[in-house]
Amino acid sequence: MNHFAKNGTNTSLHNDRIRVDLQLIADMVEPGTRVLDIGCSDGELLGYLTRNKDVDGRGLELSNQGVRNCVAQGLPVMQGDADRDLGDYPDGTFDYAILSQTLQATHRPKEVLSELLRIGQKAIVSFPNFGHWRARFDLMFRGRMPQNPNLPIMWYETPNIHFCTVRDFVALCDECGFKIERSMVLNESGSKVSLDSHSRLANFFGNQALFMLSK
Amino acid sequence: MSTADSKDQRRTLPGHHMVLGETAKLRLDSGIEFGPFTIAYQTYGELNAEKSNTILVCHALTGDQYVADEVHPITGKEGWWREIVGPGKIIDTDKYFVICSNVIGGCLGSTGPKDINPETGKPWGLDFPVITIADMVRAQTMLIDALGIDTLFAVIGGSMGGMQVLEWCKSYPKRVFAAAPIATSFRHSAQNIAFHEVGRQAVMADPDWCGGNYLLEGKKPARGLAVARMTAHITYLSQPALHRKFGRKLQNRGAITYSFDQDFQVESYLRHQGKSFVDRFDANSYLYITRAMDYFDLSVEFDGRLADAFNGSKTRFCVISFSSDWCFPTPESRQLAHALNAASCNVSCVEIESDKGHDAFLLDEPDFHMVLSGFIDGAAKSRGLK
Repeated sequence: MNHFAKNGTNTSLHNDRIRVDLQLIADMVEPGTRVLDIGCSDGELLGYLTRNKDVDGRGLELSNQGVRNCVAQGLPVMQGDADRDLGDYPDGTFDYAILSQTLQATHRPKEVLSELLRIGQKAIVSFPNFGHWRARFDLMFRGRMPQNPNLPIMWYETPNIHFCTVRDFVALCDECGFKIERSMVLNESGSKVSLDSHSRLANFFGNQALFMLSK
Repeated sequence: MSTADSKDQRRTLPGHHMVLGETAKLRLDSGIEFGPFTIAYQTYGELNAEKSNTILVCHALTGDQYVADEVHPITGKEGWWREIVGPGKIIDTDKYFVICSNVIGGCLGSTGPKDINPETGKPWGLDFPVITIADMVRAQTMLIDALGIDTLFAVIGGSMGGMQVLEWCKSYPKRVFAAAPIATSFRHSAQNIAFHEVGRQAVMADPDWCGGNYLLEGKKPARGLAVARMTAHITYLSQPALHRKFGRKLQNRGAITYSFDQDFQVESYLRHQGKSFVDRFDANSYLYITRAMDYFDLSVEFDGRLADAFNGSKTRFCVISFSSDWCFPTPESRQLAHALNAASCNVSCVEIESDKGHDAFLLDEPDFHMVLSGFIDGAAKSRGLK
């Protein structure tokens, strides 16, 4: 379940290329750990982690096609829904629970985040930043819902139902008592922006945000 | 079929036969110590030096051990899973050593109710002990032991075959590296038990069934068994598939006949299905094997907590269902997959879009084949099989 246009290039040490924003997530994962990738799509990140980081990885994916493509690559993936199916996983089963570009499409983002930190020691979460200047521009000057290469789907068709800004997300973490271990914002090509992700500037220029949380 | 026939048939059936349970008998769930008994089986491919490349294929209710034979010894058709099993196929017999055995209670060479009860010198009939899926699997373990194989690389099967797969994983987790339960469930549903009961009642209502002693009487409950098969066959298809194939087309006639003749093609088709089934299957075996499926519920010994059946299992699972299968619908597979998840097992769970109903697992379904192939290849890589 990924609603972002595929863009950016990257070269990893292993000559195994994945999307830049996924590479940043992969870089956060320690080798030899247990990982659950929720909304794993076609298994791009999960496959990379399995091949290059000796990770014991599992996936959860809503789309039939995504699950099929993952299993056809030999990746263990279940068909399921972040809102409904995380309850089955026992506490602390994974070192990392990853939710990449999926939080905004869940019905209960707050509960989903709590579930991530119940199942995983750490949660890695990425999401599109609705506080980005383009979104603000669209609303302020065009009076229209933001639509751009990174949010290409019209409001009436998008599965994204719970947008937030970087500052909203930080506020939610504070409210729930989640510890922000690491955070960064990414530019439009998915590369890291060297701004303090808690700053207002990051909230203005960051196209996507990436957080690592713990309890 | 006379009693002599059944002995002769075993002698003439191609493939391997092994007599088991001569010293240590098979302990059945019913408490009976059973043996000696024969298991008929086929093998394809070669066992490697490490004995690590065995795939056990488990057959469904009316299947048999001739999974990948070019010509089935009775029907003359191809083996039932030649789409999947063979040289260069998904279950590649150039790479894997494939075993498929006829279940105990069956009628294609393994000991079943049509065989002679050594104590009476007559066919077992209804004196044959009631068997369960666990009994079938226990008999298989005795065969695998006798073949000198410790760990199975994979156990794979659809429908009742999938029940056996799950039973293997529950009872012998260390002996199964990878498991693919396909179009199956961890327990038989009330609806499935109901359909089986209709089938059994049809057999028993046939006067030629003779209380189960038709072999002694020189008779055969062909009409009853055919009706049982006709009913069951409908449950293996889907409404759209059946309608697409036959619609309301008439059978070799321009108009309806205002009679109970087979006006519709679908009627003719079902009658043919029933009739051809009777030629290859024993009525009492049908009663016994349907009963085994009815009794199957993996969660019952864990007070309904299915996850406990798989705690600590290192087996990799791939649970596959088909969208139009109303015999073993996807929610049952999901329930199984959720339990496996709750037991921290390595599990994939995929629903294949198909309108071909339960039988889809036997048919040419590219998406299904892609998934199964990916799962087997991935598991082979982890197992270090080349």
